[in-house]
Amino acid sequence: MATIDLGKHGAHGQVPANDDRPYHERYHAAHHFVDREHEFDAVKMGVWLFLATEVLLFSGMFVAYAIFRMMHPEAFINGSGYLDVSWGLLNTVVLLLSSYTVAAAVRHAQTGNQKWLRINIVLTFLAGLAFLLIKLIFEYYPKFVQGKLPGKFFSYPYAENPYEPLFWGVYWGATGIHASHVIVGMGLFAWLYVRARKLHFGPGHYNAVEGVGLYWHIVDIVWIFLFPLLYLIH
Amino acid sequence: MATIDIGKAGALHGGHEHHGSYLEGKGGIWSTIWDWMTTVDHKKIGMMYLVAILVMFFFGGMAAIMVRLELWEPTRAVAGGFEGNILGHMFGEGANLGKSNEFYNRVMTIHGIIMVFLVIVPSVPASLGNFLLPLMLGAKDVAFPRLNLASWYVYLFGSLFAILSLLSYGVDTGWTFYTPYSTTTDEGHVRVVWMVTAAFILGFSSIFTGLNFVVTVHKLRAPGMGWFDMPLFVWGIYGAAIIQVLATPVIGITLLLLLFERFFHIGIFDPRLGGDPVLFQHFFWFYSHPVVYVMILPGMAIINELIGAGSRKKIFGYRAVAFSTLAIAGISFIVWGHHLFTSQGEVASVVFSALTFLVAIPSAVKVFNWIATLYKGSIILTTWMLYALSFLFLFSIGGLTGLFLGSLAVDLHLHDTYFIVAHFHYVMMGGTIIAFIGGIHYWWPKMTGRMYNELAGQIGCALVFIGFNATFFPQFFMGSRGMPRRYASYVTEYQFWHQFSTIGSWILAAGLFLHLFNFIASLVNGRKAPANPWGALTLEWTHASSPPIEHNFEHEPVVTHGPYDYDTVLPAQTKPGDYVLPRPAAGGAAHH
Ligand code: HEM
Ligand SMILES: [Cu+2]
Repeated sequence: MATIDLGKHGAHGQVPANDDRPYHERYHAAHHFVDREHEFDAVKMGVWLFLATEVLLFSGMFVAYAIFRMMHPEAFINGSGYLDVSWGLLNTVVLLLSSYTVAAAVRHAQTGNQKWLRINIVLTFLAGLAFLLIKLIFEYYPKFVQGKLPGKFFSYPYAENPYEPLFWGVYWGATGIHASHVIVGMGLFAWLYVRARKLHFGPGHYNAVEGVGLYWHIVDIVWIFLFPLLYLIH
Repeated sequence: MATIDIGKAGALHGGHEHHGSYLEGKGGIWSTIWDWMTTVDHKKIGMMYLVAILVMFFFGGMAAIMVRLELWEPTRAVAGGFEGNILGHMFGEGANLGKSNEFYNRVMTIHGIIMVFLVIVPSVPASLGNFLLPLMLGAKDVAFPRLNLASWYVYLFGSLFAILSLLSYGVDTGWTFYTPYSTTTDEGHVRVVWMVTAAFILGFSSIFTGLNFVVTVHKLRAPGMGWFDMPLFVWGIYGAAIIQVLATPVIGITLLLLLFERFFHIGIFDPRLGGDPVLFQHFFWFYSHPVVYVMILPGMAIINELIGAGSRKKIFGYRAVAFSTLAIAGISFIVWGHHLFTSQGEVASVVFSALTFLVAIPSAVKVFNWIATLYKGSIILTTWMLYALSFLFLFSIGGLTGLFLGSLAVDLHLHDTYFIVAHFHYVMMGGTIIAFIGGIHYWWPKMTGRMYNELAGQIGCALVFIGFNATFFPQFFMGSRGMPRRYASYVTEYQFWHQFSTIGSWILAAGLFLHLFNFIASLVNGRKAPANPWGALTLEWTHASSPPIEHNFEHEPVVTHGPYDYDTVLPAQTKPGDYVLPRPAAGGAAHH
């Protein structure tokens, strides 16, 4: 998104190119805002609204979970029994740590500490990667091999409850949508990193870092709910 | 999300050298096209949306004409006829097509999907809203111009999937995608998947627009413009935008689960696996009831402006109208169960029935306020004012029949009959589309810089009004006598009203085509529009030229009077002779 050239009139009040201050100091504001602060407020509000949409998206998944758990408690308890709490817990810890690093990234962007900004962005990215790898190697893959798959593909021979395929449908659906958000988050951190290298962020100009940070917190929080609901119900 | 990063090229702040109209070409034809395709100007995006939506409206309308044609005879009317031959060959199904009722189901579904997802939901906000919101607020653009452009491309991208689905013979699920139709029909074909994907993608476009507008209204009002100084158009768009942001993600997850269900058969909506198809209905209507207010609030928003300018009076009860917008937006989230009276539990039905009556109150507040505004106004009967009056009439019928449907006992009889079809066409077409057409006429001079032919406009309006009522009023009769919706055949007793309705649809189409030609004629050689042809008081008329310059205003406007102070303020930018029709007395309404 950040690369569309706005052309003359979509463009904004930058000072001329021969100004060699860092980008975040040169930056004025898009032409339809009064100043940087004005723009900052607007972006922040936009980000919060976007987060609201994320919450509502996941709420659908949680409602489905609640209803089916009520309808078929045994299927859920049985299914949950097959999940490995320790890997789930490890992933919870990984995400919690990344919550810290992303908060630190925002802080360093605010103070203009470029080096630690970059380090924390990288760390958060790696945490996302670790989460995905753990999920893939120690959870998705074994479940896949054992046939603990959603609906039609369920082929695990020792199921104790006829509705277990439904549990796995909810499990794969919920964690899959969550994992796709982790992947998007990693993409965003890569983007932040590129921009941080170009010194785009600094005091008064850290919208993007903060926005991505908030997004990442939502991703964490969703997991904080998914973990006990899926792993800890027996 | 941080879409406001600046590009490399940039003029000095405030150093824009030329002040041409936003429609002015940029050199050669290709650079002009390129300029439009990459524009972040809300006006151009609004116009591009307008064109796209009207094209879709044309296709949706053609499908509707086919549906009505089919219903001319109680049994398959056009076997081997128009549909059967031409379209049959197009879809590679040959002459068989004409014989199967399935084809009817597909055309009916396509009509619904195009009209809902591609026309009415984006209609007013994305086109007129985009164009006008910043102008009315005295801003240079919406808060996130590039997100705005993205929303247009996402809209096109989503439409592409719908077209792909259509080219592979379309779907027969109805626009509601109810399970199990949507999970089991056309097994082995991708067309349902494509159609659902289209609706899913279009949701993003809708969210982008809504999010943009909410932030714009909060952050970009001109100096001096408080919340209660905003034109009511802005209030309506704002209310709809909130719903777009909060409801659309729910249809997102619903359609996603539907896709999972189709691909993996995860069982969520399948009772054989312990799932529940009624859950789909709940999810679907949790979005789709609020979204009917995404459709109607912007329509109502337009009506405020038309009634104010057309009766030269202050809108009666400004605050009541503004707050009723918020009330509608809020209540719209708690009445979805009235679409499930026949499928959900009894207690839930009773509760939802009671809640449904609540939502009628703020709607009625608006209607009464508009009528009070008309009272003793000096009404100018322009095309758009005729449309506003049509809206009052048609929307009232739509809303009142909604109350019949909200009453539990009555709805059990009327559910899934033509009564429903008539109800929602009265609110969606008679409400939103009528307001939309009225709005296009009203802002046409501002958007294009040209006047349209008034007489042709009024004849068109009359045809649309007569045609619309002829098409849909009989459907109330048929529905209350038990004619079920979505059927290709019926018992002969209904034939008279079906034929009546079909003839009505031709009159309606004639009216719409007349408008189209009128607009084209206006573009080709319409009279140049003055800045404020209707003598209105909102900023887009008083402070911007027709058409506006690229940056909307020569200077940032400062708001000195309310949007409807017709009693006390002589509209700026109005010269004697500007008015096409009886000029209102200087200083405001005649009763002074
Ligand atoms: C006074 C306000 C309204 C009330 C009380 C109301 C009530 C209802 C009820 C109870 C139904 C369900 C009937 C059934 O399926 O058995 C219904 C259907 C419907 N209404 Fe309304 N309505 C109102 C306004 C609107 C508006 C403003 C719109 C759109 C602009 C709208 C669009 C629809 C649609 C599209 C359906 C049918 C959907 C379908 O099943 O395909 N309604 N209405
Ligand atoms: Cu409803």
